Amino acid sequence: MPNRFSGHGLTCFRGERFVFEALDFSVAAGEALVLTGPNGSGKSSLIRIMAGLLSPLEGHLAWDGEPIDGAPEDHSASLHYVGYQDAIKPVMTVGENLAFWAGLRGARGDVGAALDVVGLGRLAATPAQFLSSGQRRRLSLARLAASPAPLWLLDEPTVGLDRAAVGILESLIAKHRAEGGIVILATHQPIAAGDDAGSLDLGAYTARRQVFDDQSEGAAA
Amino acid sequence: MIHALLHMAGRDLRLALRQGSDVAMVISFFVITVTLFPLGVGPEPNVLARIAAGVVWVTALLATMLSLDRLFQSDYEDGSIDLLLLAPAPLEILVLAKTLAHWALTGLPLILTAPVLAALMNMPSDGYLVLMASMLLATPTLSLIGAVGAALTLGARRGGVLISLLVLPLYIPVLIFAVAAVDAAITGLSPRPHLLILAAMLAAALPLAPWAAAAALRHSLR
Repeated sequence: MPNRFSGHGLTCFRGERFVFEALDFSVAAGEALVLTGPNGSGKSSLIRIMAGLLSPLEGHLAWDGEPIDGAPEDHSASLHYVGYQDAIKPVMTVGENLAFWAGLRGARGDVGAALDVVGLGRLAATPAQFLSSGQRRRLSLARLAASPAPLWLLDEPTVGLDRAAVGILESLIAKHRAEGGIVILATHQPIAAGDDAGSLDLGAYTARRQVFDDQSEGAAA
Repeated sequence: MIHALLHMAGRDLRLALRQGSDVAMVISFFVITVTLFPLGVGPEPNVLARIAAGVVWVTALLATMLSLDRLFQSDYEDGSIDLLLLAPAPLEILVLAKTLAHWALTGLPLILTAPVLAALMNMPSDGYLVLMASMLLATPTLSLIGAVGAALTLGARRGGVLISLLVLPLYIPVLIFAVAAVDAAITGLSPRPHLLILAAMLAAALPLAPWAAAAALRHSLR
């Protein structure tokens, strides 16, 4: 099992502008990294780059120093991505929604147990269209508990969650870290990812480069 | 991989059957459009018999296209597509599964409805069986080619119209050989060569289309 996930010299270019540049990070097994920064500083983009859903303009990601470009499927298989969208089908039940995503990752385990963890056990047979937005978020987080993956990438996981659910998420994160997992999360709200969780302020990497700048000038930043 | 294929196709079928309207819409469109032709060209039986194969097939093409834009759109809107891209199973397999589900929900009902409409159009009864055989071989190709169009237009405004422009020209070879097969059967010739060419098109589209559609999906999310 790989134990260090890192990114080197990452530059993100979105919507005709540079978002951040020359960003490095490194997280070892059992560690957590909290991404902070003002709106538009590229937290979601960085999470999507880490997941391999976006390509950085420059730079690369690596597991134990080994670039992931060679084995993108292995990278996808080793991570959970919880984005701002819930990926929930309203006409399927809560249990069916979770069973689909867990099954796709090859987990044949007990979906009910994962629903119990996030406090949705009673609603397993309810169509997902009747869930509140906080409950939809909980269902989305239940994917973390339903199938194992060493790297968790969480984009604003606490939006819409009540205090109790934030507590559940915190204990999920603590358990995952204790088992040697890596957690990277972007958030505006205070959440205890662990006392020793690292933090990365994306505001510090805001690109100075403009679109028509010479490439060599910006690289020094 | 087989597990992922069945898992994915099963979900799409379940979703479509619960929502229910998609299959009914395709069939209604097929029936209504074909019934317009006797009204438009007049009730002369010989004229109708002459154009029957072409009318049924052209309408089937349009009916298939009607449902194509939903193929990836709903997964795109609710963020499911991100998770499908990150699934350990190859995206090509998942695209193939979604396409097969699309075929089961559009192509299969079209095949079953076609003989009724052929009778309505006064097609000689020699043609019925070959009409169904040609549809059985060609409607999967339509869904497969359509998947590429749907993937390419994902996220575009008015994607439905764009799909038609992209995909209809690619449907032309299928249309030509499918109609030729039916006409051959009606005139007493062997439809076999035409059906073999349709089968060859399917054999080519089956591996190539999911591959192209998956590449387009990856690209559209970058």
